[in-house]
Amino acid sequence: MFSDLPDKNGHFGEFGGRHVPETLVPVHEAVTEAYLKYKDDAGFRDELDYYLEHFIGRPTPLYFAENLTAHFNGAKIYLKREDLCHTGSHKLNNVIGQLLLAKRMGKKRVIAETGAGQHGVAAATGCARFGLECIVYMGEVDVKRQALNVYRMQLLGAKVVPVTSGSRTLKDAINEAMRDWMAHPDDTFYCLGSCVGAHPFPMMVRDFQSVIGKEAKAQHLESEGKEPDYLVACTGGGSNSIGLFNPFLDEPTVKIVGVEAEGAASLCKGTIGILHGARTYVLQTKTGQILNTHSISAGLDYSGVGPEHSYLKDMGRVQYVTANDKDALSGFKVLSEKEGIIPALESSHAIAHLKKLAPKLSKEQTIIVCLSGRGDKDVDEVRKLLK
Amino acid sequence: MIVKAAIFHLNNCRSRVRKISITSKYFMIYFILNMKRIFEAFSNRKALIPFIVAGDPSLAATEKLIYDFEAAGADIVELGIPFSDPLADGPVIQAAHQRALKKNVSLKDVFALVKKARKKTEVPIVFMLAENLIEKYGRAKLFTDCEKAGVDGIIVPDMPPEEVGKGKRDTGNVVNEIFLVAPTSDDERIKRIASASTGFIYLVSTTGITGKRLKLSGQVEEMVKKIRKFSNKPIAVGFGISNPAQAKETIKYADGVIVGSAIVDLIAKKQFDQAVKLVAALRKAIDQAGKRE
Repeated sequence: MFSDLPDKNGHFGEFGGRHVPETLVPVHEAVTEAYLKYKDDAGFRDELDYYLEHFIGRPTPLYFAENLTAHFNGAKIYLKREDLCHTGSHKLNNVIGQLLLAKRMGKKRVIAETGAGQHGVAAATGCARFGLECIVYMGEVDVKRQALNVYRMQLLGAKVVPVTSGSRTLKDAINEAMRDWMAHPDDTFYCLGSCVGAHPFPMMVRDFQSVIGKEAKAQHLESEGKEPDYLVACTGGGSNSIGLFNPFLDEPTVKIVGVEAEGAASLCKGTIGILHGARTYVLQTKTGQILNTHSISAGLDYSGVGPEHSYLKDMGRVQYVTANDKDALSGFKVLSEKEGIIPALESSHAIAHLKKLAPKLSKEQTIIVCLSGRGDKDVDEVRKLLK
Repeated sequence: MIVKAAIFHLNNCRSRVRKISITSKYFMIYFILNMKRIFEAFSNRKALIPFIVAGDPSLAATEKLIYDFEAAGADIVELGIPFSDPLADGPVIQAAHQRALKKNVSLKDVFALVKKARKKTEVPIVFMLAENLIEKYGRAKLFTDCEKAGVDGIIVPDMPPEEVGKGKRDTGNVVNEIFLVAPTSDDERIKRIASASTGFIYLVSTTGITGKRLKLSGQVEEMVKKIRKFSNKPIAVGFGISNPAQAKETIKYADGVIVGSAIVDLIAKKQFDQAVKLVAALRKAIDQAGKRE
């Protein structure tokens, strides 16, 4: 059963684990212990459910994209509207869960990493709401290309620290957040934004994001009276995709596709390695130096991927494919034009895959696409690219 | 001394190694020759362990520094293997990794360097390397090549003992595997780490990454006491020790000190003579603090 994973040491088969410096091992153990203690605690669940509903605005709709369905002339396409969450993406689902845990652990200082700024904004939002100090590490390159999100975080009271080491992008922001945690193990909680890193993060982030799949499953059952035929979601670190996929993994009739950015396709083009505390697929040289990535979407611009995705790939449970920048831009345009929804460039990779998938399927079949975020943040970038 | 070294080694090795047919003369001699280096480093006097990144700024410079450090009083030389993302390191050592990577220095190159150096020196050499480099190189091959080149041990900062997985040493391998204890480690973890560690135990003096600190953490004495409850293996302290006064203070409690960033900082400025002088000054400070009883 896929739902039994990971094992108690955080392993998904040969993937995952806790490959971190010794200073951080007891810190991860403490988070694991707290998470296992509270995850099924009625008080914790009630509080989480309250914020999911009243602060984030859940449940998000499972929207039948009628025009897109007609456009591709194949399977029925449903969009799971995570773009309608407060702060504009699925990121807050995880942040609220982790911050409620941080509060129970008595932590006052929260650190986070961000690439495009979506997780950084979500973390800053949650910290503002719960009165926690928030420090966001962001690669210097991303600080420049996502100036608006930097200002949003600052408005929310967070301190944004530009990271000047290595490639100055998301990978380095995670390095720097982990270094900060090594220096402040007692009072600090690392609110990690994707299902990456050392145990318990891949499990915990997945669990908090699984609300996406749980809602989608019930909503689809209500409208169609059956399970969907396909799930499609973009996969960078992989938190929105694992959130959608998780409740369906043990439904053998549901086919699942993860779409990576071609320039950052750890699963499709990487090899097994160890990055940020987990054994997983990594884009690296033959001798094990981590490679820099390129994607039009900063949120997918990462050299690694959540270890559970590596396992699902090797087990053949999920098929991983790629979409390039051009595909993503056409996905961006088609959803904007046909449905009146401007998607995030990350989610546009998932939309792009529909062109290949939907027309091959019959009209009785259904696809659920995770629309992980809205595209306001990308409008400037797209305008430059489409000129 | 050599017999003592062999017994010490066999006691410290994993059960698997102990099972190796001791009647095999070849292996016995092999054990002794290899293992005595780290053992002796701690048995004659308190050990000084300078750290540099191999290939920073060039392999030739590293080779010369190994000889010069030994002459200046180093007992073990720790070589960092260049890696793109050295998680536990501060800006000074990160920059050294970047400089070495610009020269495309790989693990294979560093093995060749040690092999060459072994013609001139018996100073113990240990590698500090990221687990990802081992993942790509192959764990079994790494140990075999360490043995062939004359590398005495490995330190893998992002690999706690419970993650030591596939490709465990499966030959009669004599390469030490040195694990780290941190200020956050509790008794149960210290026990596990101390028992897994061979050669010596690396005590991280303070929370945080490598780099100079104005003050020592004050936790070293207490941490050393804790480790001694579970193990009589030598304890070397690293992270944040950058000057002779700090080395002198630390060595009161420990069996060795590891100094990295302060030396690497001088290498970054191409002040190689100053780096060697710092090693000599650290030696003097350690000797003043008194020999190990």
